[in-house]
Amino acid sequence: MALLEVENLTVSFPTGDGVVRAVRGVSFSVEPGQTLGIVGESGSGKTVLTQTLLGLTPGAVITGKAVFEGTDLLQLSQGQMREVRGARIAVIFQDPLTSLHPLYRVGWQISEMIRAHDKNVTKKQAAARAVELLGRVGIPHPAQRVNDYPHQFSGGMRQRAMIAMALSLSPRMIIADEPTTALDATVQAQILDLLLNLQRESDTALIMITHDLGVVADIADNVMVMYAGRAAEKGSKQDIFYRQHHPYTKGLLESIPNSSAASERLRPIPGMPPSLINLPSGCKFHPRCTYVMDRCVTEEPDLRQIHDFSHLSACWLPAAATGVGGDAEHQRAEAVAEGRTGAAVEVAEVIAASPEVAS
Amino acid sequence: MTDESPAAFMTGAMPGGDDVLVRVENLVKYFPVRTAGFVRRTVGNVQAVDGVSLAIPRGKTLGLVGETGSGKSTLARCVAGLLPVTSGKVTFDGHDITNLSRHRMQPFRREIQMIFQDPYGSLNPRRRVGAIIGDPFAIHKTVPAGERKRKVQELMERVGLNPEHYNRFPAEFSGGQRQRIGVARALALRPKLIICDEPVSALDVSIQAQVLNLLADLQRDYGLTYLFIAHDLEVVRHVSDSVTVMYLGRVAESGPKELVYDTPRHPYTAALLSAAPAADPDAAASRQRIILTGDIPSPIDPPSGCRFHPRCPKAQELCSQQDPPLEVKAGDAAAHLTACHFPVEAGENLAAEAAARR
Repeated sequence: MALLEVENLTVSFPTGDGVVRAVRGVSFSVEPGQTLGIVGESGSGKTVLTQTLLGLTPGAVITGKAVFEGTDLLQLSQGQMREVRGARIAVIFQDPLTSLHPLYRVGWQISEMIRAHDKNVTKKQAAARAVELLGRVGIPHPAQRVNDYPHQFSGGMRQRAMIAMALSLSPRMIIADEPTTALDATVQAQILDLLLNLQRESDTALIMITHDLGVVADIADNVMVMYAGRAAEKGSKQDIFYRQHHPYTKGLLESIPNSSAASERLRPIPGMPPSLINLPSGCKFHPRCTYVMDRCVTEEPDLRQIHDFSHLSACWLPAAATGVGGDAEHQRAEAVAEGRTGAAVEVAEVIAASPEVAS
Repeated sequence: MTDESPAAFMTGAMPGGDDVLVRVENLVKYFPVRTAGFVRRTVGNVQAVDGVSLAIPRGKTLGLVGETGSGKSTLARCVAGLLPVTSGKVTFDGHDITNLSRHRMQPFRREIQMIFQDPYGSLNPRRRVGAIIGDPFAIHKTVPAGERKRKVQELMERVGLNPEHYNRFPAEFSGGQRQRIGVARALALRPKLIICDEPVSALDVSIQAQVLNLLADLQRDYGLTYLFIAHDLEVVRHVSDSVTVMYLGRVAESGPKELVYDTPRHPYTAALLSAAPAADPDAAASRQRIILTGDIPSPIDPPSGCRFHPRCPKAQELCSQQDPPLEVKAGDAAAHLTACHFPVEAGENLAAEAAARR
């Protein structure tokens, strides 16, 4: 059984301007030791989705189910949730400076976390554990640095401290919300490396929320692409990068500058993401979609299977519009053999030219 | 060419013609660190930029890459004349514009414009978009008040904004549209050089591509020269003709983009390139990341010798003692400069060396 099973989750916020429909019927599951990457642009609902799981969206109207280790997270009282949050499910936020308290020593903040969940641990034991954790996440001289304040840490070290805190109670699942977005490339590589190693050691499940497709390509096993509060496409990393079906996924991949098309014009997705208060009719992506058909304007497609059972796409295009089989796959294999990156773009080109899509 | 000093090289002919619009020679910018209290003694310097030389040919784009604290934004501000220079020389279009007085700088301000990173912070929320874009006309008195609205609307149209939105406030626009407003404002006086300081970092990928295409179109149509700063290596590769990699106030490596990206010689460049995540799972799986240890050191007290040596997988005794000059390394093209005692050789496995040192 999956560790976390989310079923048809909807989250909306009533506001003075109207109802903000942030998440509209999302289902997914996460297995122990696996990494799920949730990708989407600002306003796609990816952060609201995970914060709802942790009871961090007060005032929201929530429906659906989120079963974690046999209990529905959405039915928990605040007190019960407090026992799960941090201990069973840990969170790492984007901005490590604002998520650490500036007036308390880093070590104290980690030991407080430990003692808040287990009153039997003495202060001394908790402090020793904090030193051990800081050492584990690669902070040099942890015995001294444990007494530093957050401002004495660099950005990368703060994020390491946040990870140490997340690990302190050996959670079964870690939700990382854009954990490396505020960091430089070389530090980002360090943090991703650290997360992967820790996950391998303890079989923890990881939900990685990011807008950076590069990060997803690096560490995710499965990927869910979100658009306007819904899953546009779900599948394995290979499905999403090499056999993507949904035009939004294709558009995202084509928008990234990459080496194989270094001086070419980029192919951005036209237009802007819709307002979540005033959503377009039918498929929410249709105003920006290059493959739009009559049906897209009136009917919203549900996720359906594309070729194999784990690859799902919410799009009316025929399944043949993916890069599975034929020229597209061949082209990809060739590019990989030659060691070129960015094969996805070429694949997408072949898809666009294929007769199934044109008809 | 190898025996010439890098500064002499950079001031010489650039590949692809002599028509250099901007030349920076040995630029140094220190920010003094003072004690608190009444007598504010200077106790040190933040050595933000420490002896940087570069040249940008007219109509081309120079990409400036580096992490937080590498001094790339400070360098850009010195070039734009927004910060006084500690020492060194900035030449623009044949004129020495280093530390000019306000008055004498005025004509050059028209020709050098900036686009900033944060499209939220760089537009006054209480002023209408038309007024924001029209400001340069009013300040430099190039367009009479009566014609301003028409001119501004032309600009808005050019950068892909609806001219009817002339009277709206910045809050009514999305991030990408705001960045277009910033571009329109920078374009108003028909500058020769636009300094783009992380212009797309705050934008979503699909919007980022729209703005990058716009910048490319404008360069083609108006013959603009760009100094393009970004930490996203793929973005820099996409827009640039040549690339300069900075580390802690110094140039680590510079040259035509193909050479720097395909055959990096400085271990820092190699590490940076290997660290950048590519949106391609197979490539990500087969690639070996060079994981550097530690963070970028403080520019108040930079390491001795080569500034990269405490984090460098190839560092030896010499690196901590002697500062490597920026020069052409054996076997490299004349335009490809590297500041390293032990440059990366073809086929070298730097990832393994880095892992062995950790």
